Amino acid sequence: MMITEISILRTLLTIAGITLVVGINAVFVVWLERKVAGHMQFRLGPTEVGPFGLLQTVADGLKLLSKQIIFPSSADTPIFILAPIICLIPVFVALVPVPFSKTLQAHELDIGLLLVIALGLLNTLGILLAGWGCDNKYALLGASRAVAQILAYKIPLLLCILPVILLAGTFSLREIVVAQQESMWFAFYQPVAFFMYLIAITMETNRSPFDFAEAESELVAGFHTEYSGMMFSLFFLAEYTYMFLASAIASILFLGGWLGPILPGPIWMLLKIYFFLFLMMWFRWTFPRVRVDQMLTFGWKILLPISLLNFLITAGVMAVL
Amino acid sequence: MFESETAPTYHLETVEDNQFVLNLGPQHPGTHGVLRVVLHMDGEYILTADPVLGYGHRMQEKIAETMTYTQVLPYMARMDYLGALSYNQAWVCLIEKMCGLEVPRRAEYIRVLCVELNRIASHFLWFGAFLLDLGAFTPFLHAFADREKILDLLESVTGSRLTHCYFRFGGVGADVDDDFFAGAQAFVDHMRQHLPTYHSLVTGNVIFQERTKDVGVILPFETWGYGLSGPVLRGSGKQYDVRRSEPYSIYPELDFKIPVEQSGDCLARYLVRLREIEESLNIIEQAVAGMPDGPVRSKVPKIIKPPEGEAAMAVETPRGELMIYLVSDGTKVPYRVKYRVPSFANLSIFSHLARGQLLADVLAILGSLDMVIPEVDR
Amino acid sequence: MNWSYAQNIITGLVSLVKGMQVTMTTMLTPSPTVEWPSETAPLPPRFRGHIMLVADESTGFARCIACGACSRACPSNCIQVIGEKPEGVKKKSPTLFQLDFTKCSLCGLCVESCPVAALAYSRDYALAGPDRQVYSSMDLLTGFASPLTEQCHEL
Repeated sequence: MMITEISILRTLLTIAGITLVVGINAVFVVWLERKVAGHMQFRLGPTEVGPFGLLQTVADGLKLLSKQIIFPSSADTPIFILAPIICLIPVFVALVPVPFSKTLQAHELDIGLLLVIALGLLNTLGILLAGWGCDNKYALLGASRAVAQILAYKIPLLLCILPVILLAGTFSLREIVVAQQESMWFAFYQPVAFFMYLIAITMETNRSPFDFAEAESELVAGFHTEYSGMMFSLFFLAEYTYMFLASAIASILFLGGWLGPILPGPIWMLLKIYFFLFLMMWFRWTFPRVRVDQMLTFGWKILLPISLLNFLITAGVMAVL
Repeated sequence: MFESETAPTYHLETVEDNQFVLNLGPQHPGTHGVLRVVLHMDGEYILTADPVLGYGHRMQEKIAETMTYTQVLPYMARMDYLGALSYNQAWVCLIEKMCGLEVPRRAEYIRVLCVELNRIASHFLWFGAFLLDLGAFTPFLHAFADREKILDLLESVTGSRLTHCYFRFGGVGADVDDDFFAGAQAFVDHMRQHLPTYHSLVTGNVIFQERTKDVGVILPFETWGYGLSGPVLRGSGKQYDVRRSEPYSIYPELDFKIPVEQSGDCLARYLVRLREIEESLNIIEQAVAGMPDGPVRSKVPKIIKPPEGEAAMAVETPRGELMIYLVSDGTKVPYRVKYRVPSFANLSIFSHLARGQLLADVLAILGSLDMVIPEVDR
Repeated sequence: MNWSYAQNIITGLVSLVKGMQVTMTTMLTPSPTVEWPSETAPLPPRFRGHIMLVADESTGFARCIACGACSRACPSNCIQVIGEKPEGVKKKSPTLFQLDFTKCSLCGLCVESCPVAALAYSRDYALAGPDRQVYSSMDLLTGFASPLTEQCHEL
């Protein structure tokens, strides 16, 4: 590809656009999480800063920005600094091939879905580095838990995506949505895969009930125990952006992305994304935490066989038709 | 000065290869206070768990030796701040026993009513904290919303919300009004309706069941040796409750059951406590219905001077059997006071239970024992 | 496929949905939160704040006779009373009545021990002061109310 003025401009616009999406999403989702948590617990959530407390996250962000970053004396400083960045950058990049409407997309890639999955794995690397780099036992335990669970959810996750790829016949995220335009949403063809995928992304984003990488009652704060100030909030930003990304992929794969009547495409897309985000919050504020070995058992003995079976049946039916 | 001979040995223990020493606490969200547990771990498995106590030691027994009997009373609420009124009751009953003071029946009823409300509040807090240990945040605040109703009720009677100092020698501090009885009855009705949501939110939940079933099993033959009492004991199939076995106050007249579970695991202890809430509701209802009229405080001498001798008094606190042993030399200051606290005894089985468990289970076990650290440390 | 395997999954799912139902209904019911400080919850009549002196209606002075019963009854030794007998008057009156609120445990034994009912509980709960001194030596004689009270109202 030639480097032209247009391509440079396009890259700059992409970076600006994604930063904007990530920033606004984080502000809104953190607010939403606190509101949802509050109301589920007979509380109100933030009410003071801005209308309905909407600016609470901004205020908290400013507070975190102004705080001192404490480096533990025995920490491996380069890794300590690198870890939150490695957590955040892949989710940034992974937003590139995500289409918000037929035309609103940073860059169309034939293998967009593969890119997203591959980059999603890097998040765990960031967690591992964070746990290793800060020389804290709780953090190390949290990080090793995060690594130990990775296969237990990644394989079922991929096996849930495969039937969709079979149905759509493409790895391009845009084409997957276009394929749903002619038929029904894939959630109706693949209810089992849809459901399994929901569970798998809860695991993937380290959300409760599968949040043992941070498990506040066991490991204090898990892998980010030693992080403070802005570096801590980078982990937070990464987590919420990852949730956003996973929900976006879920709505593209199963709920027809931007498709929907009356309202314009991007609005539909956002509505679906926030529906998934709300579901994940609902899980988090209802369930106790699963134990590590139970999660592995669940992943290998329930998620994997069912999703594999589902995939094989789909493939068989496709071959027959 | 305090070195070598008396220094604890856990620092000096050699750590073998592949072992991992983790200091759980004294500041840790899972230990509910300043308890420190030194864990030797192999990966996530616990090899040994040694509780290190004393971070909250306040010399409660020694303090009691320097004060008049009345002045010790407020200190009672500071040991087990969740079951403050049970401690009040133990001290007050002990002195009444020693001095042979009369207690009006209305005062006894009010005491039992308040103690049972306090017991429910304590179990609610335990419920929330235990679920917090298991990683669920919402049940905590659901329980707190209901606990708040009890605190409001008790505040209207005792004037404080947590460290109540309400019982007096020969009665209670002040009479209660009909609003309180109406409020207590309304609370009972509310809880009867609301307890099922606890069960559908938590008890039936498959994750909760998986996390607590067969975790931290206390076998029935172990219980007496460790001196367990309260719901921890009753979760292992032993039907022992001081309110029934050594009855005090008006408990013999009341109709209530002692809930017992057989399996001895965290789930059993959980179920025992939830059923105790129901039984306490029954007691409250009976106490409100049978509340006699009359004075709430008998005539007692201004300066309490129990006769020379010794006495002990046991009550059932929300955490188990509390016994206060008192030696009096006939002056207005106790000669010796000894508290046998339930949390301390219940903690003693912890390192036995923790051996070979996963870290997450250890915190579940620690939570299920329901400890109040200032009570352990005294 | 093993039947109990499927059964376990289904009953587990049902239990999870039940729990989610509870949180959803909670979310849709209004919260009982009282948004302090814009609203305040009612204080019960027996609320135990820090102690204050009660004024005698006829004279307007403190009812206290400086007998020191409260300071003797206090388990934490936080009350200091000094009194003297003014000429021509029968009873003593306090010249200094100091409460060390940092030590006070709000047990109320002082109020009960007072022979002339000169002590009462204040209804201040939102206590705040610029330094420790405000608490460690609260002079209860000024205006028969806590100096903190006025400070709080000014704020």
